[in-house]
Amino acid sequence: MIDAGAHLESLLNGIPYARFLGVRAELAGDEMTAILPYADKLIGNPLLPALHGGVTGAFMELTAMAQLSISERRDSLPRPIGVTVEYLRSGKPLATYARAHVKKVGRRIANVSVEAWQEARSAPIATLHAHFLLAETGA
Amino acid sequence: MPQASLLDLLPQLVSGPPHPQALGFALESVEEDVVTLRCPYREDLIGDPESRVLAGGVVTTLLDHTCGMAVWVKLDQYMPIATLDLRIDYMRAAEPGLDLLARARCYKLTRSIAFVRAWAYDRTRKDPVAAAQSAFMLQSDGGRKPGANRNAGGAL
Repeated sequence: MIDAGAHLESLLNGIPYARFLGVRAELAGDEMTAILPYADKLIGNPLLPALHGGVTGAFMELTAMAQLSISERRDSLPRPIGVTVEYLRSGKPLATYARAHVKKVGRRIANVSVEAWQEARSAPIATLHAHFLLAETGA
Repeated sequence: MPQASLLDLLPQLVSGPPHPQALGFALESVEEDVVTLRCPYREDLIGDPESRVLAGGVVTTLLDHTCGMAVWVKLDQYMPIATLDLRIDYMRAAEPGLDLLARARCYKLTRSIAFVRAWAYDRTRKDPVAAAQSAFMLQSDGGRKPGANRNAGGAL
């Protein structure tokens, strides 16, 4: 069995869009923190400036997928079916962090919640709830 | 139909900010209050190397951005807006190699909130890739000055 950290690194490096955004992840035991370092190209509102809402949503979606692939090793990536994003605060031009909580994994469907924050974990900038279709095991 | 001034501004609102520019978003059309945007297929935006399908996050961003444009078209003027919530159903994977299009319409404006629906598709509108429902806050800057987000600890 490959080490979870190596698995995570090869997963994120293998997704071109994750590389485009610059998403990284760190593992403390089985707890993963995804990191989106700040880059100018992530800005959606140049006046404030603020991160594009789509970036925050996409980052949390990748966080959910990465967390699922650590806890549920399957042959293929989980596919999102439905995603709900709540925007709580404007995303500042800073690094963003996210953690996912896998609420339930069934045979085919997994439900995941994600919270993203910047300066303080207690002041999240957005949350995401998603359900994914899982690849059938051994298929 | 929106006034010429907003329509003149729209291509810049669509493609001008750094992120939509990095993704190559372009204004496809405005018909009455329906706005259509295009995102060109690109290898570096692939979400699943096995299927070579565009990442869900690209679909999310295109839908969010198109919804925002539909709000400005409905308002017929520019003002600061911010996404409050966004719900997306992914009905099928986008076809690898094809550009992604999104069509949005703001169907209700109140003094503070705009309600929007949008669809993403590749070959034909009749076979959508994803559907979105979103709400935007109007005048979302709450009196914040340009550059407010640069001051750490400033009002959020």
